[in-house]
Amino acid sequence: MIDWTAADIARRVAARDVSAREVAQAHLDRVAAVDDRLGAFLRVDGDGALAQAGAVDAAIARGEDPGPLAGVPVGLKDVLVTAGVETTAASKILAGWVPPYDGTAVARLRAAGAVVLGKLNCDEFAMGSSTERSAFRPCRNPWNLDRVPGGSSGGSAAAVAARLCAASLGTDTGGSIRQPAALCGVVGLKPTYGRVSRYGVVAYASSLDQVGPLARTVEDAALVLEAIAGFDPRDATSIDAPVPRYRDATAAGAGGVEGLRFGVPDEYLAGDGLDPEVAAAVAAAVDRLAAAGARVERISLPHTRYALSAYYLIATAEASSNLARYDGVRYGLRVAAPGASLADMYCATRGAGFGPEVKRRIMLGTYVLRAGYYDQYYRKAQQVRALVKRDFDAAFSRVDVVVCPTSPTPAFALGEKTADPLQMYLADVFTLGCNLAGLPGISVPCGLSSGGLPIGLQMIAPPLAEPTLLRAAAGYERIAPFTARPPEVAP
Amino acid sequence: MSRWEPVIGLEVHVQLRTASKTFSGSAAAYGAEPNALTDPVVLALPGALPVLNERAVEFAVRLGLACGCSIRRRSRLARKHYFYPDLPKGYQISQYDEPLCEGGGVDVVVDGRVHRVRLTRIHLEEDAGKSLHDGGAASRVDLNRAGVPLCEIVSEPEIRSAAHAAAYMRAIRQLVRYLDISDGNMEEGSLRCDANVSVRLAGSEELGVRVELKNINSFRFVQKALDYEIARQVRVLDGGGQVVQETRLWDADAGVTRPMRGKEEAEDYRYFPDPDLPPLVVDDALLARARAAIPELPAARRARYIDQLGLGPADADAMAEERDVADYFDAVVAAGAPPKAAANWIQGDLTAALHRAGRSVADCPVSPAHLAELIGLLEDDAISGPIAKRVLARAFATGESPVAIVERDGLRQISDAGAIEAIARDIVAAHPDQVAAYRAGKTKLLGYFVGQVMKATGGKANPAAVNDVLKRLLDEAGA
Repeated sequence: MIDWTAADIARRVAARDVSAREVAQAHLDRVAAVDDRLGAFLRVDGDGALAQAGAVDAAIARGEDPGPLAGVPVGLKDVLVTAGVETTAASKILAGWVPPYDGTAVARLRAAGAVVLGKLNCDEFAMGSSTERSAFRPCRNPWNLDRVPGGSSGGSAAAVAARLCAASLGTDTGGSIRQPAALCGVVGLKPTYGRVSRYGVVAYASSLDQVGPLARTVEDAALVLEAIAGFDPRDATSIDAPVPRYRDATAAGAGGVEGLRFGVPDEYLAGDGLDPEVAAAVAAAVDRLAAAGARVERISLPHTRYALSAYYLIATAEASSNLARYDGVRYGLRVAAPGASLADMYCATRGAGFGPEVKRRIMLGTYVLRAGYYDQYYRKAQQVRALVKRDFDAAFSRVDVVVCPTSPTPAFALGEKTADPLQMYLADVFTLGCNLAGLPGISVPCGLSSGGLPIGLQMIAPPLAEPTLLRAAAGYERIAPFTARPPEVAP
Repeated sequence: MSRWEPVIGLEVHVQLRTASKTFSGSAAAYGAEPNALTDPVVLALPGALPVLNERAVEFAVRLGLACGCSIRRRSRLARKHYFYPDLPKGYQISQYDEPLCEGGGVDVVVDGRVHRVRLTRIHLEEDAGKSLHDGGAASRVDLNRAGVPLCEIVSEPEIRSAAHAAAYMRAIRQLVRYLDISDGNMEEGSLRCDANVSVRLAGSEELGVRVELKNINSFRFVQKALDYEIARQVRVLDGGGQVVQETRLWDADAGVTRPMRGKEEAEDYRYFPDPDLPPLVVDDALLARARAAIPELPAARRARYIDQLGLGPADADAMAEERDVADYFDAVVAAGAPPKAAANWIQGDLTAALHRAGRSVADCPVSPAHLAELIGLLEDDAISGPIAKRVLARAFATGESPVAIVERDGLRQISDAGAIEAIARDIVAAHPDQVAAYRAGKTKLLGYFVGQVMKATGGKANPAAVNDVLKRLLDEAGA
C-alpha cells in the first residue's frame, strides 16, 4: 500500500477497493517503523489522520464525492499552519504554538479528501539547504542516512521518498522544494509565484515563498497542485486566474515531449561547483529528450552569476522583517528574568528562540535595510532581480522550457557544509533564479550517482505555464522512468 | 512683542470610519471588550497576510482631493519597523517615499483672516494597539485598535502660534466630518496629533532646533501644550541655552511637556516596500467615486449662505459649522422656509430640543419639511410665536406634521378683530381696578391685559391684534 501513488490511492479509495483508514494506518505504521532513524516528521497526528480518513470513508459510504485526493496520506512541512496541530516552523521560538486556523493550501488539501498524517521536518523558518537547521532534530536522506535530504523542505522530500506518505507539501523560497526533491529522488514542483495562496504559510521571504507539492510521480504532483492552486482573497499576491486541469497535461495520452523546445543555459553547465556526475546525468537526460523528438538548443541567462547575491539580499531583508513578530508578547516562547525590562524580554526571547542560521539571516537582512544602505543593497538587488527576470523572458521567446541541473551535487554528508554558510548557500545556485523571476519549476529524478545517490533534472517554464512544465516533466518521466527505491530505511 | 517666532508643523492622525480594519475583515469599532476585534491578521499570527481595504483608500483619496492634493495613481505600502508590545507584526504598514497624496492645503481662519496651511503629504497607514498599564508589575495589550485605518496629514512647518495650530486641528476635524470619513472625535482617539515645534528669531529664515511633541489628544491640549513648549524654548534661548532635539510628551495632569527619549540616536525604521502587498493603484473608478462623494465644503457653504441666502456671518458660521446641520438647514430652505427664520429656529428651539433628547440633527424627529411647514404657519400668521414653540415641541415628540397638529388641536391663530374685541371687552370689564390704574398713567398694565386675553384664548389670539384692540379699548374709555 505504501508503494501506491497518490493517484492510485485516490482511485482505489473512491472505488472502495480499500478504505482510507487502512491506507492511513499502513502509512502510520511505516512512520512508526522507520522515522526514528529518518527524522522526517516533527509531529505525527495519528488520531487526527484516522479521524479524517474515517470521514472520507463515511462520505464515500453516503455516496458523496470524496474529492480528487480521497484518502491520500500527506505530510505538511511544518511552516504550514494547521488548526489544532502544533506548528513550529522547526523553531524553538514557536514550540508549543497550536494555531487556531488552517492555511489556505492546507484547507484545500483537506477539502480534496487528503488525509494529513502530521508535520514534516524542515530547516528552521525554511532557512537552509540541508534540514540540519531544524531546531529539534536533523532529517536524514533515506538513500543514505549519513547524507542530508536537502532543504529546507527536507522532511517533505524524505517522507515521500521513504514511503511515509504518498505526497507532501513544501515551500520553495530559493529552491527549497526542488533541491531536496532532487537529493531524495522524488518529484518537487514549485508553482508560479502567486499560483498557490501563501495565507497560512509561516513567512520566510514573502516575495519569493511559494507552496508546492512533492510526490513520487509527476502525475501525483499535478494532482496535488490542482487541489491547492487558485485565487485566495486572503492573499493579496495570489493570482486571480482559473486553475487548469493539470492532470490532463500529465495524462498518458498527453503530447509527450515531441515538438517541445528545450533550452539549456550555458551558465548552468559552466559553474565551478557542478559535480561531473550531475553534469553527465543532466546531459544524458537532455539527449534522451532530443531523441524523443524534443528540440534542444543552447541559451544564455547572463545574469545568473549575480542571482545568488541578489537572492540573499532580498530574502534576508524580507526575513528580518517577517520574523520581527516573534517577540514573546503574543504567542510562542517567552523568556524573561524576574524584573526584566521589556527590551530584556525581547532580547532574551529572540536570543533563546532563534537558531544560528536564523540569527545570521536576521542580522544580514537588518544590515541590508538600515538607513543609508537601502539603495546600495536592497534596491540594487531588486534591479538585479529585474535583469534575471528579463533573461528568462528572452529565453522563453525562443524555448518552451529551460532545462538544467536542480542541485550542483548529489546529497552531501551531514555536517559537511554547516560550518561554511556560503558553501551551503551555493546548494541553491541553480534553483533560486526561478524564485527571483517568479517562475514555475520542477525537479524530476534523472539517475543515480556512482555512490547511489539521486540526481535531479530541473525544468523551468514561463509564468502560469505549469501545464507545459508538467507535460515536459511527465514526458521525460515516461521515456526515462525512475524506478529505484530508497534502500537505507526500507525494512 | 517677543523677538522669538515659533515654527510649528503638525502631523495629524485621522482614524477612518471604515467598517473593517485596514488589512483584514476584523471590525473597526470603539469600546469593545479588549481583544474582541481581532483575527489572525490583527494578531500577526504566523502565516497571516494583509489585504488592503479599498474603502480606506477611497476615504484617503476623498480627503486628498478635498485638500487639493495631487493623488499618486500608483503608490507603495511600506513597512516601518520598531519593537513595541502593541505593534503586533514588529512593523507598521505605512507609506514612505510614495505617499498617496501630496501637496494641497487646509484653509484656517485665524483672527478673522483665512490662512492656508500647506500640506506636505497625506498617507495611509494602520494604527497600533494599546498598552494598558495598571500600575502593577504586568502590562496588558489590547489589539482592538490595531490595524484600524489612519490617514496621516503632515503639514509644512507654517503654523505660527498655538492658537493657529488649534484652529488648524478644528478645521481638519470639520473637514473630515464633512467628508464623512471620520467622526473626528479626539476623546476616542479618532483625531490625534504630534507637533514639531521650534523657535527662531523673528524674521529669520533658518529653522531652530526642533522638538517633537507627542500624545496630544484634545483641542485644549493642542493649545496648552504648544503654548507651554514655545514658552519653554524661549526661556531656554533667552537664558543663552540651546534647545535639545528630542521627543517630549504632553503631561496633561501637570500641564507640562516632559522628555520621552533623546534623538541623539536617530531611530532607524528600516522602511522597505511591503512584499505582501502589490502596489496600491488608484484607478479611474475609485477616483471618480471619491470625487463624487465630496460635498460642498464648509467655506463654500458659508460663502453661499452669506451671498445667496443673505445670512449674517454669525448665522452662516453656525449653519455651516457641521455638515449635518448644514444639510438640514439647506433642506429646510429648499422646502420653502426663509433662510433667516430657518437659521433662528435651528439654532434656537430645535437645538435645545435635540440637546434635551440627547439626539443629533442627523436623527432629528422633526423633518426639514416639517420645520419649513412650521415656519410657514408662523410667517402666514396662522399661529403665534408661543403656539409655534408648542407645536414644535409636539412635532418633536411625535414626528407629526405641524399643520396636522395645529388643525387637530385647533391652534390656528385668532386674527379676527371682532372676535378678539369681544373677548377683550370682557376682560376690561372684569378688571375695573387695573383699568383705573392704567388710566391713571400706569400704561405698563397693557401687558397684563394682553396676557389675560392670551390666556383666555389659549394663546391663540394674534398678539399684535390683541395689542391694538386693547390699546384702543383702554384709551377710548378714558377719553
